[in-house]
Amino acid sequence: MNDIYRCTAHELQVLLQRREITSEEIVDSLLSRIANVDKEINAYISVMNEAALKRAREIDKRRTNGEKLGPLAGIPIAVKDNMCTNGVTTTAGSKMLSNFIPPYNAYVVERIIDAGMIIIGKTNMDEFAMGSSTETSYFGPTKNPWDLSKVPGGTSGGSAAAVASDEAIIALGSDTGGSIRQPASFCGVVGLKPTYGRVSRYGLISYVSSFDQIGILSKDVMDCAVMLRVIAGYDERDSTSVPMPVADYIKSLQDEVRGLKVGVPVEYLGQGIEPEVRVAVEQAARMLMDGGVICEEVSLPTTEYVIPTYYIIATSEASANLARYDGVKYGFRSIAKDSMWEILETTRGEGFGSEVRRRIILGAFALSAGYYDAYYLKAQKVRTLIRNDYEKVFSKCDALLMPVSPIPPFNLGEKLDDPLKMYLADVCTVTANLAGVPGINVPFRLDSNGLPIGLQLQGPPFSEEVLFRLATAIERQSGFKRQLFS
Amino acid sequence: MPTPLIDIDHLARLARIKLTKEELARFSQQLQTILDYFAKLQKIDTEGVAPTTHVVNLNTVMREDVPKPSLTASQILDNAPDKDGDFFKIPPVFE
Repeated sequence: MNDIYRCTAHELQVLLQRREITSEEIVDSLLSRIANVDKEINAYISVMNEAALKRAREIDKRRTNGEKLGPLAGIPIAVKDNMCTNGVTTTAGSKMLSNFIPPYNAYVVERIIDAGMIIIGKTNMDEFAMGSSTETSYFGPTKNPWDLSKVPGGTSGGSAAAVASDEAIIALGSDTGGSIRQPASFCGVVGLKPTYGRVSRYGLISYVSSFDQIGILSKDVMDCAVMLRVIAGYDERDSTSVPMPVADYIKSLQDEVRGLKVGVPVEYLGQGIEPEVRVAVEQAARMLMDGGVICEEVSLPTTEYVIPTYYIIATSEASANLARYDGVKYGFRSIAKDSMWEILETTRGEGFGSEVRRRIILGAFALSAGYYDAYYLKAQKVRTLIRNDYEKVFSKCDALLMPVSPIPPFNLGEKLDDPLKMYLADVCTVTANLAGVPGINVPFRLDSNGLPIGLQLQGPPFSEEVLFRLATAIERQSGFKRQLFS
Repeated sequence: MPTPLIDIDHLARLARIKLTKEELARFSQQLQTILDYFAKLQKIDTEGVAPTTHVVNLNTVMREDVPKPSLTASQILDNAPDKDGDFFKIPPVFE
């Protein structure tokens, strides 16, 4: 079977349970695929060839011995390189950690190991999860499989491109301002950012502690739902982990969407949104209405303030989180100088790329004496108003339908000289992180250049079941076909 | 209030990041442009609004004060750029 790597996780689950295929064959197929294709796409920072095969054989043995295994046992998964994997380099896409080998596993890694899954490799990302295109990685940019001259989006561009080009069956990513949803949209795959607190951040290299969430990139909605059952849950080692029971997401996929109320924020239908994107949202709304969903226009009046609010809070928290990189305990240290202060400044000057340094300095400004009130504190207050807007709309709707990106995938190198322009393209996604609500990208159709346009659904906290129901309805009716990259 | 002027030398020192002369100039300009855009935040009325520090309804999450096994010193020192026995080794902090 040559095209094993084209399968979804749930398809492989059936084949494995029927003994029509082994895990070793799946891993073999995937490793060949990566060897053939990754030199063009650069989705992976490291590939765990021997370790993955060893583990596959071990799981196969357990299965033939009659041991009862979970639904995802024996299935490979790619992990974004900002989640700690014991004994395996974890770089956060940065020179600063290019030689860092964590002595422990992140919570999500423990969970995927417990589930019998096989980590196939660590995927490429914008450095320290700062960016929107996977171009700031120390390990070079990742390309969009739909058009190699275009960006895959970021910061989970490696994970998105890997799933889109069948270099991965399924992948984990992280989302702080859209970093799962936007690359998922650009690459034509499903991408979920769960509710803040749904998935433990223990072992996730921190960027913005009050926004970061780990999530999933997958070939279809069902895989995403199956995977969320594995990684969601309370973890006492993350003090922001919420002790909510984990729902049966798979069961909810079969539930009706008839009667659900979906709001479409008017602020995302006007100026600043590409016409083709706007048309896609309107088409999807009509499609849902044909299925008995009630769609109506709603308003999020604080939309014009979300970018400054996001970037002030994000850079402030980032400047605090990245203060730990000092060349003392781990990671890069610059060539010996006479004093600790010089080493500190040159280590951070050389170890961090320009986008990271820019954001740390902006954060230092927003938190500095004389400016803290006007910037950081002000942004936190506006964050409250944004959350209030969300509470208002969710008192009337079960979910929101909106774009993921106001623009289609852009050319590599196009936005690198204009950081502000890059930031403005985050307008549709940062709100979910500001409000702590879940958001999912569903691939919808291709634009006039043959590039994917995805749609975003957002819901109240812990409403992932509703998002999966609506996403499945869209997936079923859109007719979107993933292309085979060659 | 008018948009403040970025003092890039001061900020680079606060952040303990060494920038080249070219970067000092380029970053200063880019950050100024970004800050000018952020000025729109001053237009929204936040009188009487409480700041959001985090979005979950959890307060002062504690755990039982029970010792548990941790990483060993050797595991921690494995990633050290420079070490001496059980110590991280660094250049002098004071002259």
